[in-house]
Amino acid sequence: MAEPRPVLEMAGIVKEFPGVRALSDVDFRLFPGEIHALMGENGAGKSTLIKVLTGVYTLDGGTITLDGRSVRIASPLQAQQAGISTVYQEVNLCPNLSVAENIFIGREPTRLGRIQWKRLRREAAELVDRLGLDIDVGAPLSSYPLAVQQLVAIVRSLNTGGGEGPGTKVLILDEPTSSLDRDEVLQLFSLMRRLKDEGVAILFVSHFLDQIYEVCDRMTVLRNGTLVGEHMVSDLDQVGLVQLMLGKAMGQLDELHEHQLRSDAGDTLVQAEGLGRTGGIAPFDLEIKEGEVIGLAGLLGSGRTELARLLFGADQPDTGKVTIDGRPVSMSAPNDAIGAGVAFCSENRKSEGLVPDLTVRENIILALQASRGWTRPIPVAQRDELVAKYIKALDIRPANPEARVGQLSGGNQQKVLLARWLITQPKLLILDEPTRGIDIGAKAEIQKLVVSLSEEGMSVLYIAAELEEVLRLSHTIGVLRDRRLVAQIANGPEITPSRILETIASGEHQ
Amino acid sequence: MTTSSTTPSRWRALTRHHLFWPVAVLILLLLVNVPFTPDFFSVRMADGHLYGSLVSIVLFGSPLILVAVGMTLVIATGGIDLSVGAVVAITGALACSYISDQNDQGALSGVLLAMGLGLLAAVVCGLWNGFLVARMGIQPIIATLIIMVAGRGVAQLITDGQIITINSEPYKLIGGGYWLTLPFSIFVVAAVVAVTVALTRRTALGLLVEAVGGNAEASRLVGIRSRRIKIMVYMFCALCAGIAGLMISSNTSAADGNNAGLWIELDAILAVVIGGTSLLGGRFSIGGTVVGALVIQTLTTTIYTIGVPTQTNLVFKAAVVIVVCLLQSPKFRAKVFGAKFAARFAAKGGAKPAAAAADPAAATEAAPKMEVS
Repeated sequence: MAEPRPVLEMAGIVKEFPGVRALSDVDFRLFPGEIHALMGENGAGKSTLIKVLTGVYTLDGGTITLDGRSVRIASPLQAQQAGISTVYQEVNLCPNLSVAENIFIGREPTRLGRIQWKRLRREAAELVDRLGLDIDVGAPLSSYPLAVQQLVAIVRSLNTGGGEGPGTKVLILDEPTSSLDRDEVLQLFSLMRRLKDEGVAILFVSHFLDQIYEVCDRMTVLRNGTLVGEHMVSDLDQVGLVQLMLGKAMGQLDELHEHQLRSDAGDTLVQAEGLGRTGGIAPFDLEIKEGEVIGLAGLLGSGRTELARLLFGADQPDTGKVTIDGRPVSMSAPNDAIGAGVAFCSENRKSEGLVPDLTVRENIILALQASRGWTRPIPVAQRDELVAKYIKALDIRPANPEARVGQLSGGNQQKVLLARWLITQPKLLILDEPTRGIDIGAKAEIQKLVVSLSEEGMSVLYIAAELEEVLRLSHTIGVLRDRRLVAQIANGPEITPSRILETIASGEHQ
Repeated sequence: MTTSSTTPSRWRALTRHHLFWPVAVLILLLLVNVPFTPDFFSVRMADGHLYGSLVSIVLFGSPLILVAVGMTLVIATGGIDLSVGAVVAITGALACSYISDQNDQGALSGVLLAMGLGLLAAVVCGLWNGFLVARMGIQPIIATLIIMVAGRGVAQLITDGQIITINSEPYKLIGGGYWLTLPFSIFVVAAVVAVTVALTRRTALGLLVEAVGGNAEASRLVGIRSRRIKIMVYMFCALCAGIAGLMISSNTSAADGNNAGLWIELDAILAVVIGGTSLLGGRFSIGGTVVGALVIQTLTTTIYTIGVPTQTNLVFKAAVVIVVCLLQSPKFRAKVFGAKFAARFAAKGGAKPAAAAADPAAATEAAPKMEVS
């Protein structure tokens, strides 16, 4: 079959940052009516390539051809006008405005300079309806969960054609599924397939390999800013793909499977009794032993994060009490928990973790410095030694303590946050989705780290969306359902993902 | 070959330093004066005192530098303090009215007590601002608006609506006296700047302030006591304004509740922005603020020396400020000069990669600081 002409061709793309060559001589093409996966580890250059394509970054070399015409894309607006729409991992909308306003923001239908509110509502409702979404377009965006907000972001990006239908030729979805549950993912996929049938070329980035194989036709693999290859999805199996991405054979992940879970649990470290918060999570009892890894399983929004936040004092409990090391802790602010040896890596790296303008070093020492207070700065020599040690131990790249943390890739940012807390030598480390949105290599590293920390006697509360991940690491699995801790299951060979799923579904554990 | 590749790299490193544009603007403004006042840069000695335009720029700019330095820290936490002008007035009014009530206005103990009283009042104002912002959660611009408006009223109550004049030699020293041939206020400013830099960079205060301003929620979650830090910063800002208030009233030997420090908060905010600290909070630069304040004072001086008609003063000042802010914006520079620079580097062949590799740190450091919001 003769290949049709690509709608988009990028050739010899080069992008440099100070001290880093993010993309060197990368070719990429996209055909109309296909779903194309862009694959690679964190820092491989996926995000950079997308940002070059959408005009967020300017090119340092190479050409972009759209519909056979050479184009220069200097701004996101130009990209949109050229028919390239993008939905990023983080929702970039205004939560305080209504869904309809968000969909049309910046291009509201007007007459004589006045916004036609009725028309705006009607067109938004039609659009949402056509895509099979059950959303009240008059409600504020913030009244919907993050997952729905993501879908609204996609609707918004499609609408560049002026409400009539997608004027979009190329739709870029950068990690759209990382915060969606299974049903929402399916909804997204059916939307993607419909758009594909309409001839839209979709560029899809996801860390979930299963999703790639479920929905994509073709893929391009990047590694360290260079092109590794372009393959039809049907021609390359998952093992082959992972090997291409990592540039080495599997094995890194297998090690984890062989790892023996520590059976001899230590003394009780944390004891929560009747801890709860209205609108957050129903009162629960939880005991965490020294060196124990407790994994929390449950659907998105089942109360995993809420439970973790109560144990850290990030939200204030209404009921119940917590004792750590036998001493009661009030949990009225994070300081109380930190003082008792609790550390918390939030699932929202950007908004609740990093200070993007500060350097890697400053971000790493922040928690330790905060506990020392402002009058006792960490001595420079000790500080530099600690930072260098953790940059090396966690393999943070670039290994430059002076780099601004905002410029690092997702996986490296996560490692910076881990380093920030490990440096304080906590007794209980709470990790909320530490592997979300990061590549398979960094994922394995972080999981191995959890195992070795637990062996050294640190307790870990581990939250992850993937059941396999929770099962692999945890001694005990806490199952959450509808904001209630419904079961605590001791891990063992007979515990399988399907049994956990049953518990999640039924709320009971046999 | 070596020279052609190292010269641009040094030049680039220099232009990317966060103080480059503020200093460049300052020098430019100073040079503008030369055709109008040929002896602009000359400093002469008379009566054991140094005189000259440069000395007077620093002398007259002293209160602004003080206020702007305090303002820098407040802005770095993501806040703003509009009340500094009123605090200047209150401090001066309290100190002068106390001295004027004394039988012996020249008594050192009385003068020290008056200064202490004034500064105490200033710190209390700062505590109030900090309390409203950090404890009550009121937006800084509103919280500090209260003292901005009410404070002038308080100052006028203290002075009974009159301008209090005093005759006190020791008090006169702070803002109008000389020491080691230089105006005494220069030493006060130097001391305050040195203390501020030491306080922020020798301790962890600077880092914590930048963290709070850079990401408030993340700071809360790492256990930074951000309320305490914010209250401290507002108190420090008010203290700086208080010292400026003493200086202004000392310089004129009078307290004018109505006009002392009028609009100084706006000049101070401007100085902070010219100095490269973003109004969004986060990274700050005390050195940049000092240069920024000097730019504004030089501008005021220049307006008089080149004879801009009085009624167009403010418009002229606004125009220059706009140009300065535009020059500092990396985006604007890229738009206006970008193409030209790029062409020049390309012509030199190979110079650009060498330069880029030579100083990655400077590039990443400079970018956020130069942002003008």
